[in-house]
Amino acid sequence: MTDKTKQALILEGVTKIYGKNIKAVQNIDLEVEAGDFFALLGPNGAGKSTTIGIISSLVTKTAGKVSVFGYDLDKQKNAVKSCLGLVPQEINFNQFEKSLDVLTFHAGYHGIPHKEARERAEHCLQQLQLWDKRNTITRHLSGGMKRRLMIARALVHSPKLLILDEPTAGVDIEVRRSMWELFQNINEQGTTIILTTHYLEEAESMCRNIAIINHGKIVEHSNMANLLNKLEIDSFILDLHDSVERLPEIPGYNLILSDSKTLIAAVPRGSGLNELFSGLTEAGIQVRSMKNKTNRLEQLFLNLVDSEQTHV
Amino acid sequence: MSKKSKPDTQRKIVRVAFTTILYKEIRRFLRIWPQTILPPAITTSLYFLIFGKLIGNRIGTMGGLPYMDFIVPGVVLMSVITSAYANVVSSFFSTKFQRNIEELIVSPVPNWVIITGFCGGGVVRSAIVSTVIFLIARLFTQITIQHWGITISVFLLTAMTFSLAGFINATFARSFDDIAIIPNFVLTPLTYLGGVFYSIQMLPEIWQKVSLANPILYMVNAFRYGVIGTSDIDIRVTLMLLTGLVVVLFCFSLWLLHKGIGIRT
Repeated sequence: MTDKTKQALILEGVTKIYGKNIKAVQNIDLEVEAGDFFALLGPNGAGKSTTIGIISSLVTKTAGKVSVFGYDLDKQKNAVKSCLGLVPQEINFNQFEKSLDVLTFHAGYHGIPHKEARERAEHCLQQLQLWDKRNTITRHLSGGMKRRLMIARALVHSPKLLILDEPTAGVDIEVRRSMWELFQNINEQGTTIILTTHYLEEAESMCRNIAIINHGKIVEHSNMANLLNKLEIDSFILDLHDSVERLPEIPGYNLILSDSKTLIAAVPRGSGLNELFSGLTEAGIQVRSMKNKTNRLEQLFLNLVDSEQTHV
Repeated sequence: MSKKSKPDTQRKIVRVAFTTILYKEIRRFLRIWPQTILPPAITTSLYFLIFGKLIGNRIGTMGGLPYMDFIVPGVVLMSVITSAYANVVSSFFSTKFQRNIEELIVSPVPNWVIITGFCGGGVVRSAIVSTVIFLIARLFTQITIQHWGITISVFLLTAMTFSLAGFINATFARSFDDIAIIPNFVLTPLTYLGGVFYSIQMLPEIWQKVSLANPILYMVNAFRYGVIGTSDIDIRVTLMLLTGLVVVLFCFSLWLLHKGIGIRT
């Protein structure tokens, strides 16, 4: 039996039906351990945002039970809300307030008195590199800054469970990397994080556990390392010396030309690379460099979603 | 967490969240004072000048008082109604429209605190507007308040009633057009027909009876009684009516938020 005090989140049989028969989420069971960095992935319309909406009270569930750090959402709604910090997909702060005020007011909604709220707001703005924009009216911030302000707002009351719904969408690579670092720091300090993202590299590099949702159902719920071990093929990107028009057929390897000088080789796990290189050398193809295709999760994700669609 | 500290924490959240919403609301309408404070001051100055002074001097007395003195309470209350309604309907709809209502929904703020916070903003704006208008009226006439208790009670209950009505309108509204329908097609006619500029004693008997179906008539007359000591209506009826309206509208607002109507999916 699960020790509920160690679980940041437990979903039991959670269902959401819109109208008469549109099943957005179907009988979901999910557990996230306290302190975990958890990825909730799925294609568009799979039910991720509905699930997050149910946890954060923005969506009324049709059935099931939600508990956050042992608090029952149906019976102890305010206690659940006190534990949560949410970064939603869409910008939803007041576009006519200053950045500092957005954070101060949000802290006030969590019962933090004005003076302390202001200090926390200032700290969060510094943390998210928005200090010089503290007196800027939020509608004048850039897209990336708005997204960082949403993260700062979610952190201002020091939540125990931080839910990030596509937090890095639309931000440049440099800012995204600094956000990843920040999320990892927050997680290391004990905050449980649930992340949904379209950048699977993001989930692969940060998250320890993962659930994949498709058509409103959990199709995979596992440890990230175990899940990646299920991937039976490793992909490599080969940078070719000269342009190639036709590829040789090398038994046991699947080769695809990404462009005339880039080759992607799918290598079954356990097979060596010697035969691949022999075959390429025989065909007169010279390889200048090679790297492992880092986004392994993407392949696994596609496999799972594709197999689900076949079943549907 | 101890059993004792839970209610203490919740009480603290309620107190701080209420003051935060109220402070935010007051700051909002003060920031845009040329849209919220100035227009009623200008409009009512014109009422006092044209109806009170220029035309009023020819009308003479009404209800045994100079016409200017007779219209002051009604004009003040008309601004209370308009300001309270407009403040809450526009602020809460804007909060919905920009989706920052989600901030409040995901925070541990009880629904009744959200309602009282927003409506508190409407009441404070009405208080500021009505004080400004009363001071303007003093430039035209030496009117003094006869019954402070009744004046303040009727002001508070009327401001609360229309703040709550604005909140309900904003909850159902789906576009900015929807928040203009009630003020334009319901509130304005009812206010003008609510005895602001005339005593219902002047009307034929049938229209006097029809006028009694207009709740604003009761509010205007009760407020007039508080300010100048004369009324066409029994004050006790008005106070009961207003208290009943506040309770019903508050409960309905609470139910709407609880069900998430117009707010949650």
